[in-house]
Amino acid sequence: MTRTLKLRIWRGDDKTGGLQDVTVEANHGEVVLDIIHRVQATQMGDLAVRWNCKAGKCGSCSMEINGKPRLACMTQVASYPEDEVITITPLRAFPVIKDLVTDVSFNYKKAMEIPTVSMPEGVKPGEPRMQQIDVERSQEFRKCIECFLCQDTCHVIRDHEENKKSFAGPRFFIRIAELDMHPLDTLRNRKKTAQEEHGLGMCNITKCCTEVCPEHIRITDNAIIPMKERVVDEKYDPLRWLGSKIRKREGIL
Amino acid sequence: MANLEKYSYDVVVIGAGGAGLRAAVEARDAGLSVAIVCKSLFGKAHTVMAEGGAAASMGNVNDNDNWMVHFRDTMRGGKFLNHFRMAELHAKEAPDRIWELEMWGALFDRTKEGKISQRNFGGHEYPRLAHVGDRTGLELIRTMQQRIVALQQKDLRETGDAEKNLKVFAEVTITEILKENGKVAGAYGYRRESGEEILFEAPAVVIATGGVGKTFKITSNSWEGTGDGHALALKAGANLVDMEFLQFHPTGMVWPLSVKGILVTESVRGEGGILTNSLGERFMFKYIPDVFKDKYADNEEEADRWYVDQDNNRRPPELLPRDEVARAINSEVKAGRGTEHGGVFLDVSKRLSAEIIKKRLPSMWHQFYELAGVDITKEAMEVGPTCHYVMGGVEVEPDTAAAVGVDGLFAAGEVAGGMHGSNRLGGNSLTDLLVFGRRAGMGAVEYVKSHGANPVSDATISKAAARIEAPFARTGGENAYSLHQELQEITHNLVGIIRTGEELKEAIVKIADIRKRSANISVTGDRKFNPGFHLAFDLDNMLLVAESTAKSALLREESRGGHTRDDFPGMNSTWRQVNHISSFDGEQVSIKAQPLPVLPKELFDLFDIHELEKYMTPAEIAKGGSN
Amino acid sequence: MADFTVPALTRIWRTLDKGSRLLLMATGVFSQGRAKITERTLRTDKWWLQPLITFSVLIAFIFYATLRAFENANYFAEPLISPFYSPCLSDACVPGSSLLGHLFPIFHVWGMTFSPALFILIFPLGFRMTCYYYRKAYYRSFWMSPPACAVAEPHAKYTGETRAPLIMQNMHRYFFYAGLVFNVLLTTDAILAFRNSEKQWGHMSVGTLVLLANATFLWFYSLSCHTCRHTVGGRLRNFSKHPIRYKAWTLVSKLNHYHQNFAWVSLIGVALADVYVREVATHAITNWYFF
Repeated sequence: MTRTLKLRIWRGDDKTGGLQDVTVEANHGEVVLDIIHRVQATQMGDLAVRWNCKAGKCGSCSMEINGKPRLACMTQVASYPEDEVITITPLRAFPVIKDLVTDVSFNYKKAMEIPTVSMPEGVKPGEPRMQQIDVERSQEFRKCIECFLCQDTCHVIRDHEENKKSFAGPRFFIRIAELDMHPLDTLRNRKKTAQEEHGLGMCNITKCCTEVCPEHIRITDNAIIPMKERVVDEKYDPLRWLGSKIRKREGIL
Repeated sequence: MANLEKYSYDVVVIGAGGAGLRAAVEARDAGLSVAIVCKSLFGKAHTVMAEGGAAASMGNVNDNDNWMVHFRDTMRGGKFLNHFRMAELHAKEAPDRIWELEMWGALFDRTKEGKISQRNFGGHEYPRLAHVGDRTGLELIRTMQQRIVALQQKDLRETGDAEKNLKVFAEVTITEILKENGKVAGAYGYRRESGEEILFEAPAVVIATGGVGKTFKITSNSWEGTGDGHALALKAGANLVDMEFLQFHPTGMVWPLSVKGILVTESVRGEGGILTNSLGERFMFKYIPDVFKDKYADNEEEADRWYVDQDNNRRPPELLPRDEVARAINSEVKAGRGTEHGGVFLDVSKRLSAEIIKKRLPSMWHQFYELAGVDITKEAMEVGPTCHYVMGGVEVEPDTAAAVGVDGLFAAGEVAGGMHGSNRLGGNSLTDLLVFGRRAGMGAVEYVKSHGANPVSDATISKAAARIEAPFARTGGENAYSLHQELQEITHNLVGIIRTGEELKEAIVKIADIRKRSANISVTGDRKFNPGFHLAFDLDNMLLVAESTAKSALLREESRGGHTRDDFPGMNSTWRQVNHISSFDGEQVSIKAQPLPVLPKELFDLFDIHELEKYMTPAEIAKGGSN
Repeated sequence: MADFTVPALTRIWRTLDKGSRLLLMATGVFSQGRAKITERTLRTDKWWLQPLITFSVLIAFIFYATLRAFENANYFAEPLISPFYSPCLSDACVPGSSLLGHLFPIFHVWGMTFSPALFILIFPLGFRMTCYYYRKAYYRSFWMSPPACAVAEPHAKYTGETRAPLIMQNMHRYFFYAGLVFNVLLTTDAILAFRNSEKQWGHMSVGTLVLLANATFLWFYSLSCHTCRHTVGGRLRNFSKHPIRYKAWTLVSKLNHYHQNFAWVSLIGVALADVYVREVATHAITNWYFF
């Protein structure tokens, strides 16, 4: 049942570091996080790693395994061939703190920049009525466990540090989409700010965010592209722009 | 310490799960400055693991529901050991707390009329659980997290600084509640990232640290569930109540080994999942206790009919309270009718179509498919009991959540005791967090307004700092990881789901031994994000909790809810009148019996007298509640 | 004097070790503060295979389409017309091939007759160029931005679709509308192919099926498009108030799931339809009639 596993684990901090070879036993059915825990308990007592639920629900144990952004708790050891060396590194889009732990504060800063839901005035708790079909789109995005793998894999910031200030990243595009599709949200400038402040136009829909999402949220198809289309409605479609002007005028009259 | 990071707040909340965040929102809304301290990143708290839903008698699906029915269910589920006032407040306030979440952006599943949908759950008479698929806890934590952000955005607009009056200190461990002049003065701890120490001065501290599951070997809890708040409160001079009551969730995964203990939501049974043993027998019919005979179906036909007609049929026994189901599974496995991996079968594939399963139980499908290679739309799951929740906890005043015995200390959520009695109903936890999180916030506000600041002295600081330095000063001492494993073996084998007096005595001796050895833990590496170092502190907390549980369990000579004694199998009405209070003198935990508050007449009268006769002594019945 | 010529700088660059080079290129995954890893990617799978296939197929198609567009012959064999040349709108069109009459005179560029295909190809080309799926495909395989997920891209700067020319991607919906017009025309072509070479109705040949299949694939491609999904219902906030549009949106959403597949099938379909018409027009094969 057991097999001997060869690993390369990145150890270090923001100044130095490198891959270290480790050999460790693995049992049937174990995931990479189990292996890291075994290494921790038997060989490297101070190996830093974030984790919480170990069930794919909290999004803490994000790291890169054989170069792919993944949750260590959802990555079966058995999915790698017997003779393959498994390379484990911290997320490469964020500054490293120690070993497999990175500084993900970028994401919390971006979260702060998006206005939260704004309910209509006069609606009291218990009064809202929403149909299931109207909340379903937003519900998909609220499945997000904030593992930030999409943020990590997105080349806009992974490969271009300087874009971090002007680009919110896939996790926050689904947040904006969630709010823009919320049946009761009253804030009407979310499309405009998505494009002008949060960098929606930087996304070139190459879909890596969707590929790595452990919750299988269809980030690109269901959030980013619909938001891009909504932005076109408002900013780039002369006919719709004209239409909205005329309608507005009718509203005033 | 020259480079000690120092902060001063009105209120410090320890724990950023549902209860902690709700307390923080309440205190900030009242104009106070609040620090939220948590061991993980913001938004990762164990609340995300709650799957089924949040129980609140909104009556959206069945309008016969109201707070009185919910109150009755809660008391019944807790075998009448609950603090009546907590159960009452909870039942009354839960709907408001859910509706408030919706105003903050939560998107619950809907009924046809567009109201919040509610689902059935074990022990609840009506469909009562507001839910979002099977990820309700995630919805709750995210909504609270976003509410915190909303308040920070407001502060940013008004003061130019988002974090001026409400700041989250993520990845910080609190090692001590500081006191001056007998009252709470703040909290001391260290940043997990850097190992650097951090001081919070605050007249009020709210403990909302959750549970103790990591004390046990098989648990649904994450690494954070190490009883920190329980231990911090004990050390600060507060009491724990009824620590013998631990809920073993009947359905945890049992295979493969690496996922053993991970929760399988009760909604699987709520949606029609049935339990069978290796003989294919639907065994739950054999385990309906007398007190529930009139509420649960005793034959398959009626149980199956219930799913379509709930008014004219009794509920299937799979939906009995969790303690009953866990014990039943345990008995089946012990009798040799378990599965290959020591569980029983839970099957939902025969009743629901693949499409509906994936829609209603998406994360379960996902979890089994990815972690166990089992497609639950086609095959049965293998499940067995897993340590899930601690009913016991800090003894508090129900209305304010103030910890009894320590001025300025508050506790809410799983870390507080009393609300759930000897057994918690599924779904009551999430609303517990919200109802008592808010009340703890209100309590803290009230307290701060009437007491004002209580500065921390240098002597107190140096004492707290010395404790953190200690494990680095030693070399060649004990390994925290192995001590933790030893503790888990002891609790699993001797303080687990079925207990005996002899085993508990043995456990108490062994736990004391580990505690002695743990004083000699040494740590390799430096302070920077060092898990071995972190575990040394967590372990100390777990040892106190384990001691408190074992000692309380030894004293209670009956079986009730989350406490089963092989040598005292029955429930005993005399024991119902007793709470076990743990306190700590710096050396060891001692337990004393304390009379349970008597049910007031207006609540007493909510029950059928024949039902109460099953739980209460004739003298109590004759008295008819207090006036 | 410092020598800043390219050869000089190249010489200096060559003398540097890997670490120093990384420091100089310190951007992206090599930025300050990130984990010091020298590889552009640590992926061990064949991540380059997918972009390579995409690149090859697209290049092959472009090459063939260009040749055919400029060939200006062999695109019509009564009743079959190649999708590259329909609608044929110029005076240069061969007799019988113009469904909508002649909008353009014959003119010559560098002594060559301007092919009628060139008047219209801009529309299907634009539709596909701005298509959300093809954008992913060519950004990855041609521009390598990024070549594959978690593989560092070779560009120093990146601005996405925020400025010209890529901001024009936002015109996708206009190409979508044009695409619909083309679908109608190509469907008409397929219906006209239910005739024989004497323009008598009630016949069906292999060519009929080819044009029919081509039109069908194109419909699936257009209707599964993201802009279509947005237009039929995606832009609504409350589905419950528009039950019919919700139904349409649900259907298009299902198709949209397979948009990538339709994109490829319809692309290859167009090419094969053209090959078939050309083969018939050059009499290399005979269009076989079922009846």
